[in-house]
Formats: sequence, structure tokens, C-alpha cells
Amino acid sequence: MDKAELNLLREFAPQLKIRTILGKAWIIILISGLLFGLFGLYVQIVKGHIVTGMRDYVVWGVYIVNFIFFMGLSYAGALIAGSLHLMQTNWRKPIMRMAEILTVVSLMVGPLFIILCIGRLDRLYYLFVYGRIQSPITWDVIAISTDLFGCLIFLYLALIPDFAKLRDFIELDAKPWRKKLYRILALGYQDTPEFNKILKRSKNIMAAIIIAIAIIVYSVLAWIFSVTLQPGWHSAIFGPYFVIAAVYSGTGVLIIVMWIYRKVYNLQAYITKEHFVKIGVLLLILAAFFGYFTFSEYLTKWYGSEKNDSLLIDRLFSEFFWMFIISNYIGVILPLIIMGIPKFRSINSITFAAIISVIALWFNRYLIVIPTLEVPYLPIQDSRVEYMYYSSTWVEWSTITGAVALFCLLFTLLSKFVPIIEVSGNADLKVKS
Amino acid sequence: MAKQYKKKSRRNFINSSLTLGAATFLSGGVSSCKKSEEKVKVLTHDGKLVEVNKDEIDSSLPATPEESRKGIPNRKFVMVIDLSRCKNARKCVEKCQEAHHLVHGQEFMRVYLMQRSEKSAPYWFPKPCFHCNNPLCASVCPVGATYKRSDGIVLVDNERCIGCKFCMTGCPYNARIFIWEKLENENEENIEYSPETSVPVREGTVAKCDFCPDMIRKKQLPHCVTSCPMGVIYFGDINEDSVTNGIETVSFSELIQTYDGYRYLDVLGTEPSVYYLPATARSFPFESGLEGKDEELLERYKNTPYFKNKKNG
Repeated sequence: MDKAELNLLREFAPQLKIRTILGKAWIIILISGLLFGLFGLYVQIVKGHIVTGMRDYVVWGVYIVNFIFFMGLSYAGALIAGSLHLMQTNWRKPIMRMAEILTVVSLMVGPLFIILCIGRLDRLYYLFVYGRIQSPITWDVIAISTDLFGCLIFLYLALIPDFAKLRDFIELDAKPWRKKLYRILALGYQDTPEFNKILKRSKNIMAAIIIAIAIIVYSVLAWIFSVTLQPGWHSAIFGPYFVIAAVYSGTGVLIIVMWIYRKVYNLQAYITKEHFVKIGVLLLILAAFFGYFTFSEYLTKWYGSEKNDSLLIDRLFSEFFWMFIISNYIGVILPLIIMGIPKFRSINSITFAAIISVIALWFNRYLIVIPTLEVPYLPIQDSRVEYMYYSSTWVEWSTITGAVALFCLLFTLLSKFVPIIEVSGNADLKVKS
Repeated sequence: MAKQYKKKSRRNFINSSLTLGAATFLSGGVSSCKKSEEKVKVLTHDGKLVEVNKDEIDSSLPATPEESRKGIPNRKFVMVIDLSRCKNARKCVEKCQEAHHLVHGQEFMRVYLMQRSEKSAPYWFPKPCFHCNNPLCASVCPVGATYKRSDGIVLVDNERCIGCKFCMTGCPYNARIFIWEKLENENEENIEYSPETSVPVREGTVAKCDFCPDMIRKKQLPHCVTSCPMGVIYFGDINEDSVTNGIETVSFSELIQTYDGYRYLDVLGTEPSVYYLPATARSFPFESGLEGKDEELLERYKNTPYFKNKKNG
């Protein structure tokens, strides 16, 4: 092990332990959030879906909104990490692992929302026993599991040299089981040209594969909506629209994650303003694309003014007006302004733009799912009045809290198990200040 | 075969013909065909406990989930709804709920207050499941819990349904309902479930109008047809080209051609099996459908253009 790498390890190794009271409190908060979610799930299982806000018309509520949202976050790793890797960009190194972890964790948490939404959890395995390939849900099951598997491999390939480094690092202050685990996971890796050649080739192949799979996964997700005849969903651009929106929100969350770890782990020397600006420019491009797709989608609906489309647009501009403003105006224009004018670019302002884009994208998904279901072809009539419109309940929000806590917990634990910045081959990372 | 008998004898299906006093007895069902004095306690569909001779129980068994997938051979069922006669009497809704053990708020049949355009007259529009020939609900089902049969009927097997609700978003007519909560109903414990009867409904699954194939198998008409006091609903077989509302039997093609029958939102390409005859030359004034209705029911129509215009003067 060369000296520079050893220094890196010495610097990062303490981060692998939860030392501070704040760190411990954070874990406790997350675990209680998770327990709260499990309690909500328990209530939902015992009392039935009547405890949610979903009813006969709005059959999919915030669960599906969150499902699309979290699946979108997985794009950060798949597309950003994958393409940055293939393009061999040098500055990617300090943020690659964050992006990869983000992908894997969101791919694990996202599908949980489908489970929350399903009426008969006990029959979930029917998807495999009686699965029909004609159904977009089956496409989704195949696509998501392939994606998760692919992204896990991609993350693991990048982790192997680091596991080997941790295995060979005698000063490591960790429990024996952990050292043993590092040794097993390193798969006998040695820093030799042959090993590195194999590893590099595998990473290139996986990077290309996960980009392709990620596009398929998100298109399939969009098709679940667009293959139906519902006026707000039956749209040919839904596939690419969902893909762009997903990368947009994924990039936003990546910037937020960069900001948090930079602060908490004192990574100022590694993650610099340059990184924020580069990813921020990506955010700018995506904001423009997202705005363009959104505009195309609603322009065609509004201009032709087919009756059902008009009803939907009317509803979006009345009951859902503030959400529409946040998601489709502020969520596009604000990041464009902050990133578009170089004077405004600072680490904090770029992170602010990222937060705005993430919030906007959540509301965008809400606007895609709920108003459409409230404006079906046949006007909602002769049904219990309280069944007509949707409003989410505490049970839904408790389970969502649980899922978000699980997301943060998995992220935290993974970043406590492996260095958040790749150590191997990155001895020259530190920016001379 | 012996195994099948045993299985069947365990079933204790009581259907509505019991309370009608028509003690039909089909051979092959119960293990012994001897007349017996043995009494059994049974529950009628309206919840009364009565004691009857064991022989009087109609042991015609509902089709098993496997049988229910096939459909009745050489049949192609069709429904024609004459909108000019409907006055929102709601007997079809009530009888359907009763027969399928549904509670208030769970409607397989709904009656819409429709108006073709602003200047045209409002009319009542009973809407069952359309049993489309190109059913999107069945296409999108990930587990084959909902399916199209050879006789045109689309059914839901609630023992297969996982409750993903994709079929509900797939159906452009909102024909489906979801069973949101478990309702205590002891009457249903002994009932053998069949997709053809849709009884009992199960929490966490989807249910909908089934065209009453259990009644058809007994050579009877669906409940909505027989319960309608106006003879609005005709039911029949397109292969035989005849439909009946229980009062008169007419030629399906003649009926559709004479009165310009149409399928609702045919433009969507779903090819419904339910036809409508336009609400011309009404038998009743439209307003009679609002008379004597309670507040809760009227509230269900408050969002219609008719009521909105009325409110605005």
C-alpha cells in the first residue's frame, strides 16, 4: 500500500465508527421513525386499506407517488455514475460512491411503497406463481429486480478494492467480525495489473448495462400509467418524460447528499465548489428538459381542449393550483436562474436549487397520479360523497415516514461500513488548498 | 369422482330460490337422494334463521374457480338498456347489492345522471360492468385474477386477486370497486365462494358486476333485469339474437337497429357488451327519478351539470 493511500485510509477510517452523541441520536431517531412506520403498517394490515385515503376512484394515492419518486432517485447512480464512469471524467471520483449508494438504497426502498399499496400482501407471491407477461406490472417486477441486481453488482465491483484496503489496513480499529467480513468481501483481491484489468472491464460493462436498464425501468414505470386510457395518463411522451424527471430528481438528491457529507465528514478538501457547479450544470440541463417535457404535455392537452383533458386542466388550475405552481413553474425556473447566472452559483445556492427541484418533482408525481384519477371518463356520480376525492391519512404518512427513515438508515449504515469516498486509486484526490 | 362428491357435500350453498319457496333439487349434489326428515337451520339472504327440511335445500353448486374461467358453451351474452324507460327507481341497484351481499356504498350497478350537452335534456343512465370484448382490465391484471370468458363475461376471482388495483385504473368506466375493509358478516362463513356469484367479497380485493352467471346457469335472468319495475334492462344471447327484459322477448339486432342502439364511449375501442337505447320519447319525466330520494342519495348527484345549473338559477 503506498503512503498516500495509507494517509487516506487513516483519514477515513474514523468515519466508519459512530462516535458522536449526535451520530448516535441520528440512528435512534431513524429507528424510531422506522418503528412508527411499522406501527402504521400494522394498523393498515389489521384494519384494512380503509385507514388510507384511497377509495374507489383514487385507488392509488401517495404510496404510488412515493414509489415513482424513490425509483426516480435511483437514477442518480445509474445514469450519473454510469455515464461519468464511461466518459472517464476525473472529477467524478469523490462523488461516485455516494451516487452508487443512493441508487442501491432507493432501489431497495422504492418497491416497498408498492407493497404498502397492495390489498393482499399475503398473496404477493402470486406475482411469480401466476405472473402474466402481458401485464405491465410483471414488466415492472422483472425490470426493477434486474436493475437492483445490476446496480448492486456495479457498487460491489467498485467496493472490492476498498474492502481489500480495509483488510490490509492493520491500524483499523474495528470489531473482529467486521474485519473478517472485509476479508471475505474483498474476494482475495490484490492490487495487481491483472486484477485491475478484469475489474475495470467488468465495471465498464456494468456501467453500460445499468444505464440501459435504468432507462427501461423508468419507461416501464411510465407505461403502467400510459397504457391505460385515463385522460391524464394516456400519453406517448410519458416514457421519456418520466426518465428525464427521474434523472432530475436523482441529481437533486445527489447534490443534497454531497452537501450533507461534506459538512458532516469534513470533506471540504475533496468535494469542492467545482463538483457542485459541474453537477449543478447537469441539473440546469435537466431542469430545461423537464420544463420542456412538462410544457409539451400540458400544451397539447390544453390547446386541443378535448373535454376530459379540459376537465383535468381546470382541476389542476383550481384545486391543485399551488402544487402546479411549485412543481412546474418554481421547480423549473428557480434552478434555471440559480445555475444559469454564474454569479449566483455557490455551494449553498446550488444545494438550495437541488432541494427545490426535489420538492417540485415530488409534487409533479402527485399531480400526475391523483388529479387524473379524480377526473375519470365517466364523471364521478352515485358513489358515496366521501369517496369522490382523495386526501391522505396519518397512516399513509406514518408508513411513508418509516420508509424515508429506512432510506436514511440504510444510507447511513452503508456509509459507516465503507468509506464514502473511494480510497483505492484515488490517492491524488485531495485538492491542494 | 368420490372425492368430488365429498367436496360437494361439504358445501352449504343456499340461494335465493329457497326463500321464494321453489325447492329445486338437483341430482348429483348431495350424497343421498333419499327423502329425509332431517331438519337443518339455514340463513336466508335477508338474515333470518329458518329451519327447513334438508331436502329443500337447493344444492345446485356454484361453479368452482376453474369452471368459472371457461364460460358457458356457445353463448355470447349481451345487455341492452333502454334509457327512455329508466326513472332511477334504483331497484336494480338494491337487488344487486342484496344478491351479492354488498353493503350500502358498495355498488356494482350505478345510476348516473347524464346530459349529452348543455342544452340537451338530462336522463338516467344505469351502468353495470360493460363486459368489454377488448377488456383492458383483464389485459393489465398481473396474476390473471380477472379474465374474459368464451361467453363474453368478464369475471374477478377474488381468491386470486392481489389487490394491486391496476384493473381499476385500466377500466375507463369505473366499473370496479375495491373492498376496503372487512365487514363482519357471519352469514357468509358457510358460503362457498365462486367467481360466478361474487359472494362473499373479500377485503383487499376488487369486485364488480358479474352478469350473474350463476343465475344464467339456472336459466334465470340477472337480478338487475328481474328487479326493474320498468323493464329497462334486456339481457340475452347475441348468438341467438334475442334479448328479454323478463316481460317481452325481442330480436336483439332489430331492437338495436330500430332504436339506434349504441355503446357508451365506443370510441375507446373497448367494445362493450352493453348497449344503450337513446333516451328519446321518455316514459317518465326525468324529475321523477329524484322524488322520494333521501339527502344522502341526492348528494351523490350534486356535482352534475344539471344540479349546478339549477343552483345557479
